[in-house]
Amino acid sequence: MVRSHILVCGGTGCHSSGSDKLYDLFEDELKAAGLHDEVKVIKTGCFGLCALGPVVVVYPEGAFYSQVKSEDVKEIVTEHLLKGRLVKRLLYTETIAEDTILSLDNTDFYRKQKRVALQNCGVIDPENINEYIAYDGYMALAKVLTEMTPQDVIKEILASGLRGRGGGGFPTGKKWEFAANQPAGDKYVCCNADEGDPGAFMDRSVLEGDPHCILEAMAIAGYAIGSSFGYIYVRAEYPIAVKRLRIAIAQAREAGLLGENILNTGFNFDVDIRLGAGAFVCGEETALLNSIEGKRGDPRPRPPFPAVKGLFGKPTIINNVETLANITRIIRNGADWFASMGTEKSKGTKVFALGGKINHTGLVEIPMGTTLREIIEEIGGGIPDGKKFKAVQTGGPSGGCIPAQHLDIPVDYDNLIAIGSIMGSGGMIVMDEDNCMVDIAKFFLEFTVDESCGKCTPCRVGIRRMLEILEKITSGNGEMEDLDKLESLCYFIKDNSLCGLGQTAPNPVLSTLRYFRDEYEAHVIDKRCPAGVCKKLLNYTIDPDKCKGCTLCARNCPANAIAGEVKKPHVIDNAKCIKCGACIDSCKFAAIYKR
Amino acid sequence: METKMVNLKINGMSVSVPQGTTILQAAREAHIDIPTLCYLKDINEIGACRMCMVEIKGSPKLNAACVFPVGEGMEVITNSKKVFEARKVNLQLLLSNHRRECLSCVRSGSCELQKLCKDYGVEDEAVFDGAKTPSTIDESATHMVRDNSKCILCRRCTAVCDKLQDAAVIGVNKRGFNTHIGSAFDAPLNSVACVSCGQCIVACPTGALHEKDQTDEVWAALADPEKRVIVQTAPSIRATLGEAFGLPIGTNVEGKMVAALRRLGFADVFDTDLSADLTIVEEANELVERIQNGGALPMITSCSPGWINYCEHYYPEFIPNLSSCKSPQQMFGALAKSWYAQKLGVDPKNIFMVSIMPCTAKKYECKRPEQSVNGVADVDVALTTRELARMIERAGLDFVNLPDETFDAPLGISTGAAVIFGATGGVMEAALRTAAEWITGDPAAPVEFCDVRGTGAIKEATYKVGDLTLNVAVTSGLKNAKEVLESVKNGEKNYHFIEVMACPGGCVNGGGQPLQPASIRNNVDLKKLRAKALYSQDSGMPLRKSHDNPVLKEIYANYLEKPGSHKAHEILHTHYTPKSRFTGE
Repeated sequence: MVRSHILVCGGTGCHSSGSDKLYDLFEDELKAAGLHDEVKVIKTGCFGLCALGPVVVVYPEGAFYSQVKSEDVKEIVTEHLLKGRLVKRLLYTETIAEDTILSLDNTDFYRKQKRVALQNCGVIDPENINEYIAYDGYMALAKVLTEMTPQDVIKEILASGLRGRGGGGFPTGKKWEFAANQPAGDKYVCCNADEGDPGAFMDRSVLEGDPHCILEAMAIAGYAIGSSFGYIYVRAEYPIAVKRLRIAIAQAREAGLLGENILNTGFNFDVDIRLGAGAFVCGEETALLNSIEGKRGDPRPRPPFPAVKGLFGKPTIINNVETLANITRIIRNGADWFASMGTEKSKGTKVFALGGKINHTGLVEIPMGTTLREIIEEIGGGIPDGKKFKAVQTGGPSGGCIPAQHLDIPVDYDNLIAIGSIMGSGGMIVMDEDNCMVDIAKFFLEFTVDESCGKCTPCRVGIRRMLEILEKITSGNGEMEDLDKLESLCYFIKDNSLCGLGQTAPNPVLSTLRYFRDEYEAHVIDKRCPAGVCKKLLNYTIDPDKCKGCTLCARNCPANAIAGEVKKPHVIDNAKCIKCGACIDSCKFAAIYKR
Repeated sequence: METKMVNLKINGMSVSVPQGTTILQAAREAHIDIPTLCYLKDINEIGACRMCMVEIKGSPKLNAACVFPVGEGMEVITNSKKVFEARKVNLQLLLSNHRRECLSCVRSGSCELQKLCKDYGVEDEAVFDGAKTPSTIDESATHMVRDNSKCILCRRCTAVCDKLQDAAVIGVNKRGFNTHIGSAFDAPLNSVACVSCGQCIVACPTGALHEKDQTDEVWAALADPEKRVIVQTAPSIRATLGEAFGLPIGTNVEGKMVAALRRLGFADVFDTDLSADLTIVEEANELVERIQNGGALPMITSCSPGWINYCEHYYPEFIPNLSSCKSPQQMFGALAKSWYAQKLGVDPKNIFMVSIMPCTAKKYECKRPEQSVNGVADVDVALTTRELARMIERAGLDFVNLPDETFDAPLGISTGAAVIFGATGGVMEAALRTAAEWITGDPAAPVEFCDVRGTGAIKEATYKVGDLTLNVAVTSGLKNAKEVLESVKNGEKNYHFIEVMACPGGCVNGGGQPLQPASIRNNVDLKKLRAKALYSQDSGMPLRKSHDNPVLKEIYANYLEKPGSHKAHEILHTHYTPKSRFTGE
């Protein structure tokens, strides 16, 4: 009889901070303590609160231990599991009240979240199909195969209002309907797991934490459109996800939940994995298809749309991981349940990867319609070090920067577009007063310039020219005409590029031009970077009144740019200074500043 | 099933076109030309260059007309301010990454990019100048030069290399701003299995690809008093050279071409047609021998050096099937430097043999080590039609108004059978004319074999010649050749004789022919119009069978003895070597 469960987060964040080792240590310590038969250790998917990783949760108490180190394992085993005493110093502070543990659901981080796509993440062992089944796994597939016609399935998905979570927000049911309406024959279901936005890891977490829900949803999609084969296109840089998918596929086949004659209904469906080699553009659905076909990952013109002519020229649906993660839950709980969450045109929930200048870096899933302020200030725990919020970037390199004035806008597809950004796949990067918005725009543009496939002229040459203009501005050589040129290039590229990558690449620039034009102008007119980021516009100066002449800065300067006698004020030679900031870090008297 | 018609409006004008038509094609129906750069009909429909952008009512973006299918009730605007501005910016962006040496560029005047820049008033061509994509000039190949600093990445070259010629030795390397065209791992062109056909050059809209210009070598030879500079012109040149001087496609300019060559200073203006006749006589003899003595069948023609390269690299198992006859270009050179040199009493080393060819692979062919007699190369320089046009221009000849002159004797005398060598099916028909008469012994045997004519991909015919049933096939374009070879390989087809020309449509559409912009190539069947000029010349000629050529009769009587003789083999026949598919070796 197992009396306690230790859930060790096996998501990538915790994994990279050593959760794998914790798992082994728990096993060892439990054996040593003779508790091996009554306490079970389980490696789960992501809990979401990655900032506090590695995370270990002990049930039945629900003790949420954060930032657990190897040396803490023994204490948890002996104190908590052997003696029944909580290890308070490791408990997430918000869950402690007197001597009891508060439910995680009542913490700021989790209170406003609604886990649908992430339902099983952090709950089950993703490498064990039985745990998935115990949580109603494959019930949706069984229901679909035994109680519903393909048309019923499509109707249900249409009625749910589910829209694609990969960025575009196209109604999933419509996509399925198009493919279903194509003449019978070879058709394909593709899962787009080529998550590429910098900082985004929603899909990764689902694949790592709940791989079976993707397989199940793909089989349901196959049934709905009349396809018997699917591909999961996943980044090779996601080794844990790939490994768990492979295990899941093997287990599902073994259990007769993939393959021929599934659940004795005569329905056949199988899945194979294709690894992406790391090109961002392969997340664009037609480029993804080319890549699966073994071709260069260049986008194709649309129309024809993949639902009509997709993989190997056959009708194909391509759904993002998070989209698929919603499918089984919609089938099980009904379209009405799903549609009861969210806003008028954006139903359900959305997972965001919160990052940047935010206390609770991690993965959050919120009902559509939650405001940006709630996400950032409540769930995200606000901005560290009391700094002032400046902007939040959504949608990754295809999205835009949203200023404080729009923080109370309810998050949904249409609202984000209206304010110059997009939902995207769910990256959400918070910026504070120390971020230079011109520099941020440049950062995202560098990314898209690097990741452009090079097929169409506007994207290949156009965004490169935009980047050159931004480099000119941030190095103090910008002129006012450059801003006009930049803006007109933005619109040209949006209107004329072949695929979504090019069509959205100007968004970070356009949105910052729209909301932070003053910062651009400061760079151009005053040759000044207000946030103090753009190195070429910075000068480091030592305040002679504060400087004690301790020489520490001069000794730390890697460029020998600081001179001065002992106990006399030092001086920085800006011609030699490389603006690394080592002097500021070393000064004990706050005598050095940059401007 | 009847095709459904779709009604739409283009610039306010109603148009009705079949479903599935693109906006570009529909606009053409309405006599509106939408500019393109990457689009090659049926070959490269990828929507990459973004020149053909148009407004579609209801769509916030502009859309690429070349790939966008029409829809019922669609309203398209091709000429709004927004469209013009977009095209102009697009051109400016292309120019910002283009080595602009337009004054002296080989494509100045025929450059599609240049024309569009003029049409769209791109005066400020440097407005977006910035870093340029790192590029190199690949001069490794014998026949051509790739200068990526002028490449606009339209991918027309890679499309023809893959889809028409099945070689796919060039493709897209790297990505984003570093994207460039090259061979795998950026290997030089001479180290991959390029067949030298030059179809990429005629597809290129700019000066990024061009033949290796050898006109200076010819000018130097012409100026050398020690050299007797002899020129031969391939059958198809007369049907295409006029295009370089603004004459309509399909104008036969044989007389003016001869006049021009004479004025350029060539000592003898001869005709490759003569050696085409010679090829037929030798090849027909070889075919009859193979059939009678159980030689390797099907026998496959060897006139097209692009095809020979393809066979060596991609289908070496068919090398025994290749006719051992040298190509007409090489036979001509060999004859000029042996029989003719002897007749003149000139040292063959002092004969400088220039050939005017429709073909870039001929530049490679004449450098092949096995194409020489006694250490003297049969042909010294093979110029393309384009290079000849350049020489004529530089010499200031008023080509269009030159008088019509005739080839010199003796090596300028030929038959109609040789003239049609320039079009796909021509070699087959010429061979059949001779074989039919030889096998039946009847001089009244048929002259015209129309089943093998035309621009079809693969043409087949069965002829009863005497007691013999002859299965023949004719194909052009290496993708089609592959299909024929595969059908022979898997036993599906049983031919006696196959004619293969590397370039689609044969030599009239060769990689060395005058350039026509995509706007023409997409809408006019160049192959057909140019071939027509050759067939009409043939039909008007008194002699139409190669073996009736009086000069050949004399050469055989006094020099070669008989077709397939030891002497003929020594001078007129050759051999080929299997090569790697993945390297140039």
